[in-house]
Amino acid sequence: MNAAVESRKLRVATTSLAGCFGCHMSFLDIDERLFELLEHVEFDRSPLTDIKHCGPCDIGLIEGGICNAENVHVLREFRHNCKVLIALGACSVNGGLPAQRNHLDLGQCLQEVYLTGPGIVGRQIPNDPELPLPLDKVHPIHEIVRVDYFIPGCPPSGEAIWKFLSDLLAGRTPRLGHPLLHFD
Amino acid sequence: MSTQHILLDGLPVSFTDGQTIMQAAMAADIFIPHLCHHPEFKPQGSCKLCTVKANGRYVSACTMPARDGMEVENNSPDLNDKRRTMLQMLFVEGNHFCPSCEKSGRCMLQALAYELEMLTPHFPQFYPDRAVDASHPEVLLDFNRCILCELCVRASRDVDGKNVFALSGRGISKHLIVNAESGRLADTDFSLADKAAHVCPVGVILRKRRGFAVPIGSRRYDVQPIGMQVERLARRTTTEEV
Repeated sequence: MNAAVESRKLRVATTSLAGCFGCHMSFLDIDERLFELLEHVEFDRSPLTDIKHCGPCDIGLIEGGICNAENVHVLREFRHNCKVLIALGACSVNGGLPAQRNHLDLGQCLQEVYLTGPGIVGRQIPNDPELPLPLDKVHPIHEIVRVDYFIPGCPPSGEAIWKFLSDLLAGRTPRLGHPLLHFD
Repeated sequence: MSTQHILLDGLPVSFTDGQTIMQAAMAADIFIPHLCHHPEFKPQGSCKLCTVKANGRYVSACTMPARDGMEVENNSPDLNDKRRTMLQMLFVEGNHFCPSCEKSGRCMLQALAYELEMLTPHFPQFYPDRAVDASHPEVLLDFNRCILCELCVRASRDVDGKNVFALSGRGISKHLIVNAESGRLADTDFSLADKAAHVCPVGVILRKRRGFAVPIGSRRYDVQPIGMQVERLARRTTTEEV
């Protein structure tokens, strides 16, 4: 790494699409190493900064798969702006838990959840124009855009995320060995 | 009689007449990735994970008899790339949602994916629609995870003498079926005492009311990667696979 590159902090953006924010919580589990990380990076769009749109970045971390139209737009914004795009966690890698609805009919799902299921008040399927339309299937992000790296796990541990990012920042090929590589 | 050897990744490995490359390697504590192979059953060479290069040709190590002086390539980037691709195809063909699977942590498919550093399924997911069969009082069948290794088919047919399982269909529509008019496991003479109940390398055949008994971090492949458990794999019996 030459001096010119070292002097500039890398810009990192993160987002959670069809995920549960568990991967972001796990990211925070690197604890005091966040200070060390902040010596090398600064955050662009992220739930941590509340910046709403992503500018040009070096690294983009995507938690969650793609379950609605807004997810597609956000993912494309990240791919357009990030030099390196990383799928963070099971849902972005293979669809994860939200994708377990894929063998069900979306219309029937909405009907059961909002109209016919037990204990429902105000029986109405939400149709506010502000709400993004759900996709008929949930997809992992590599089915929509090109993805450079994948960190599996539900969630990946703080240790795994730290190992991966510190490898990447040091210019090494990121590698997760036993026991950091896990799918659950 | 002089000892016979194969050269496994350049290392002389002795074998006895009739041994396959897989058997010779396992006896020498050398790991060759595999899914459909089990030391207690006749090899059938269908999963292709154990593909090695013997004298320059791709062969299944579990079915190929060892020959004196045979040069075998096993742990190479080329072969491991191909094996990883096969794993990825197995993962996208079924519904392998590890976080909700009782077999997680002791699943051979998952352990091999770790061993071969499979970080992504790469191919588009099929997300097939396969119903589970919870009809049997003691055993649950989750067809979403079937990799068509036929170990349960072989165990039930060749050892239990019951013929409970079979594969039906061809090509991409090939799937595991239960030999009953209703298609339900409860309508067969299948029991927990059968070999077939304990041989599944993935999470299809599961004993009921025993899920998640071992905490995360202490499960079979949490403790040690599969590549370092050759000795156990070589002497494993179906009873310990519960």
